[in-house]
Amino acid sequence: MITARFAAALGSFRLDAAFEIPGSGVTALFGPSGCGKTTVLRCMAGLARLADGHLAINGDVWQDGRTFLAPHRRPIGYVFQEASLFPHMSVRDNLLYGFKRAKAVRPAVGFDDVVDLLGIGRLFDRPPTLLSGGERQRVAIGRALLSQPRLLLMDEPLSALDRFSKDDILPYLERLHGALSIPVVYVSHDIAEVERLADTLVLMKEGTVQAAGPLRDVLADPALPLARMPQAATVFEARVEAVDAAYGLTEVSVPGGRLLVPGDLGARGTARRVRVLASDVSLGRQAPVDTTILNALPAVILAGEPTSDHQMTVFLALGTDGQGARLLARISRKSWDALGFAPGDAVVARVKGMALTDQSAQKVAPVHGEA
Amino acid sequence: MIDPAMAETVWLTVRLAAITTVALLVLGTPLAWWLARTDAWYKEIVGALVALPIVLPPTVLGFYLLIAMSPTSPLTQMLGGRSLAFSFEGLVVGSVIYSLPFVVNPIRNAFEAIGTRPLEVAATLRASPFDTFFSVAVPLASPGFLTGAVLGFAHTIGEFGVVLMIGGSIPGETKVLSIAIFDYVETLQWDKAHLLSGGMLVFSFVVIFLMMLIEKRLGGRLAR
Repeated sequence: MITARFAAALGSFRLDAAFEIPGSGVTALFGPSGCGKTTVLRCMAGLARLADGHLAINGDVWQDGRTFLAPHRRPIGYVFQEASLFPHMSVRDNLLYGFKRAKAVRPAVGFDDVVDLLGIGRLFDRPPTLLSGGERQRVAIGRALLSQPRLLLMDEPLSALDRFSKDDILPYLERLHGALSIPVVYVSHDIAEVERLADTLVLMKEGTVQAAGPLRDVLADPALPLARMPQAATVFEARVEAVDAAYGLTEVSVPGGRLLVPGDLGARGTARRVRVLASDVSLGRQAPVDTTILNALPAVILAGEPTSDHQMTVFLALGTDGQGARLLARISRKSWDALGFAPGDAVVARVKGMALTDQSAQKVAPVHGEA
Repeated sequence: MIDPAMAETVWLTVRLAAITTVALLVLGTPLAWWLARTDAWYKEIVGALVALPIVLPPTVLGFYLLIAMSPTSPLTQMLGGRSLAFSFEGLVVGSVIYSLPFVVNPIRNAFEAIGTRPLEVAATLRASPFDTFFSVAVPLASPGFLTGAVLGFAHTIGEFGVVLMIGGSIPGETKVLSIAIFDYVETLQWDKAHLLSGGMLVFSFVVIFLMMLIEKRLGGRLAR
């Protein structure tokens, strides 16, 4: 368990952020630019010191009252927006910088493991100036991991990269997520990144924490602004049930229903993360007939609210009994009125497309029958 | 052509410049670091004091040093009554003050150019501030150290006004190159003045030229 609270007036900006997050998995600090997320991360690292602060990591107090652990005494790894490799050292020496200083008798994070995981072995003897942006950031992540952190802090590690480098590095971050047990706090203002990587979401606004909780709950919470964003989406933890090799489809179960997803997603029981855009979900009273859409799930309307003059965001719970996972749908107000939807109604949600978030090879995949 | 007296003068000058440069690197580096990192309100006052010898006439500096080194001054009392005036040690003290800005300012600028990021990175990788200074700050500021050392050395070699005021012209003790050239001209020994002046001309060119070459290489290597 990680408990944090940082408060201070920084010029005209007032920071008062407090949250409690699990001591494992990836937590995203998400919010618009200037909401104080980077300041919070710097406070967690000890790079910034606010007089009124408290930080405890799995029982160890790093800051409280007059207690303040200097950054070099905190077992953290920190990945900055720009890779910030030491220009006077080779890639190898950059990687070894923290590894040597961590003085671990039996390093939990092995040198070769990290090098393999991030695919940076062939860069060893190059000076950082000769690396691409994506390669540099991968080395920076490796360097942070090799310092044997008990907490990995990442400050928008992808924001300084172009689209191409981002796609190059995201899979490595996802592999990291699976391979390491170190808790990660990840600052981002890109919701797509958050949906791919995070387990827990801390939503920040103007220096305060609006909400903190499991990603799927915060994303689909009617009281929060995330569900109203144009690119609002739902994230499911899905489990592979069966693979239909003939049609190239995999059946996965999510709480309250089953979905057909293109491709072979692995053996039965494999956990995958599936992301469904609200705009890819339409609603009907009955199960669709004569349609190319494969996925039609029974659901119950929890609430519907106008997102704009002509658009509604509908909050659904999967299953005929409405006990399953949350799902967001974005429909026109005309349809809402024409079909006379109201909270409590049983409906059928048709999912036009979905994306596996935890596998780079599979981008957004349409799930039309003819696809 | 080069008589023993001339050789002695050259050796004395080189020794003075070398000792001064080493002393300035040792004293100037922490000073430059402090100037580059501190937020103290009096930072630029100290900065201006360090830079003062650039604009101050050497004779003025020499005059005050001579006063400070007089037999009755507090400094001389502190040193047990032994005056530093007209001694090699006195020249070293004078040269250190005279060449201070030429060493401190390039190092300070180099430290400032590093910014805080590499130091923060080092801290998050378990390096103590002391460790960070030697493993990150000094290597990254190496072009500044090179410039500072070369300028400090060359500037001390050419020192005249301050030496004239506090050193005089004692062979083997305070008679440095520029004083010797002056003496040769005064006594109409043009050939010797030519030899030393020509030597200085070549030396100065080589120093500046080498420095520019090395700086270019270092700069290229450290560029992001």
